[in-house]
Amino acid sequence: MTVRLNRRHLLGAAAAAPLAPAWGQFRVEVSGVGLTQIPFGVAAFRGGDQASQDLVGIVRGDLERSGQFRAVPPVTQVSLDETSRPDLALWREKSADVLLTGSVTRLADGRFDVRFRVWDVVRGQDLGGLSLPVRQADLRSAGHRMADYIYEKLTGEKGIFSTRIAYVTQGGGKHTLWVADADGENGQVALNSPEPIISPSWAPTGNQLAYVSFESRKPVIYTHELVTGRRRLVANFKGSNSAPAWAPDGKSMLATLTLDGTSQIYSVDLATGSQNRLTRSGGIDTEPCWSAKLGQVFFVSDRGGAPQIYRMSPQGGNAERVTFQGVYNTSPAVSPDGNTLAYITRVGGGFKLQVMDLRNNAISSITDTVSDESPSFAPNGRLIIYATKQQGRDALMTTTLDGRIKTRLASAQGDIREPDWGPFVA
Amino acid sequence: MIKLSRFHLSVASAAVVLALVGCGSNVKLEEAPVSDSTATAVGIDPNAAGNGQGTGGVRPVVIDESKLAEPPASVARVVYFDYDSFLIKPEAMGILEAHAKFLKAGGNRRVVLQGHTDERGTREYNLALGQKRAEAVRRALSLMGVSDAQQEAVSFGKEKPAATGADEASFAKNRRVELAYR
Repeated sequence: MTVRLNRRHLLGAAAAAPLAPAWGQFRVEVSGVGLTQIPFGVAAFRGGDQASQDLVGIVRGDLERSGQFRAVPPVTQVSLDETSRPDLALWREKSADVLLTGSVTRLADGRFDVRFRVWDVVRGQDLGGLSLPVRQADLRSAGHRMADYIYEKLTGEKGIFSTRIAYVTQGGGKHTLWVADADGENGQVALNSPEPIISPSWAPTGNQLAYVSFESRKPVIYTHELVTGRRRLVANFKGSNSAPAWAPDGKSMLATLTLDGTSQIYSVDLATGSQNRLTRSGGIDTEPCWSAKLGQVFFVSDRGGAPQIYRMSPQGGNAERVTFQGVYNTSPAVSPDGNTLAYITRVGGGFKLQVMDLRNNAISSITDTVSDESPSFAPNGRLIIYATKQQGRDALMTTTLDGRIKTRLASAQGDIREPDWGPFVA
Repeated sequence: MIKLSRFHLSVASAAVVLALVGCGSNVKLEEAPVSDSTATAVGIDPNAAGNGQGTGGVRPVVIDESKLAEPPASVARVVYFDYDSFLIKPEAMGILEAHAKFLKAGGNRRVVLQGHTDERGTREYNLALGQKRAEAVRRALSLMGVSDAQQEAVSFGKEKPAATGADEASFAKNRRVELAYR
């Protein structure tokens, strides 16, 4: 963990921490000892029972899922709002370093005013707060914004709790593309199809997805504007069209096309529809993944006889091999800071999520499951979302990069797969 | 498996095969050879009664193979592959030859070669593997003289398994290329 250790009681408190209790709809699994987590308390919100969402529970769940925070039980059932002057000594006794207080008020126009204040329990300082007037349908987002506020105040980094994820489910002869909050809740259907949908990919602006659809009896790539549902067929070349990956400027995307027989990586201009071939191997080149930070494209190629991960310039040209351990390494994802590569490796008959530190090539295996797929980084680089099977059931999981904190996201019905974590939104 | 000799079926069994095609396949009604002008309608010519053939005569109807939208149902539509392999097996060559012959006999016939894999491995990489299988079939058909314009190699990866079990018997059924006529 690289949580900024600006709390003086942090190490002592975390060492004594029992396994985190389960709150709300999901379960946080903690493995390993000596974790450094910031202990936090949340008081009941004044008027909190008026809201149709458990705001306090949403904040608690978000912060715990990050792996960088640990909830301490409330010291009082009495609600504390943003104007209260809480007795911080009581919370200090419970080892809380930070305390959230707040209120929910129904406004005349039917909206809810969610107000909160954050306290530094150790220093006895007011860390500020906000008023968030929201429609009832957006109450969850108010919870996520409070969690983001606390996360940023305490770690100095942006929180990802207000971001969204996309994923695909299959069931009842139907394939469905979903968009949900980063905690897996509030899922909304973007597309229903009788044919498979794979490889959803968020546009850098967070308002569109690209994906591969088999609705025309072959794989083609669409872009899909979420608010309007407007779709554009952006790659429907002869053969297969797959593995879309937006360029950081959103004007083009990388995709795997088969214009010359086997799967090769091309850049497709979204304004003109023209394509430009980037790789020239006789075999398979696919799963391009853009690192804006490194100015490089990572991809999978079997040019060495088995699938391995390589990297090259976004203009194509010479590629450098990245993975050397194992005979099957696929599905690369690069962290936003360019320091970490997540990918899937075959071990025996299983497929496992690996992370490689690109600065020293150290590899760690961070799951104990054997059907891991489709890793994708949170936009702050602190969590990875991936699909796997747990106790025989499909699951979407988030994990910290060290594998110590994992959460199974609440799942819709049917098989669940192909997660992609969206960008920060303004 | 399928024998090539059955491509040259007797008239009687060709008619049976046609009936099967008509019932079980997606041949469009307007393309069905029942309105084929080269075939002669079954019926007794009332004028023929007096010219020596007798009233019990039967005039044979011949369905010309060149009018079919797809090869006869006796020609398999699937070829299978070994694990991690793109080599066309010897037993598949006869099937592909039958398709090549059929495609060459009608220049507007069009086939889509749909590659598939078993469930092991990543979705996108399996899509590329399925493409490699479809491409192997496309090359074989090209070598047999089928034009590029008549064929398209695409992949479904592991998204459309023929068998859903997680055992080798199911995996073997899923490592395939299907030939779909359009």
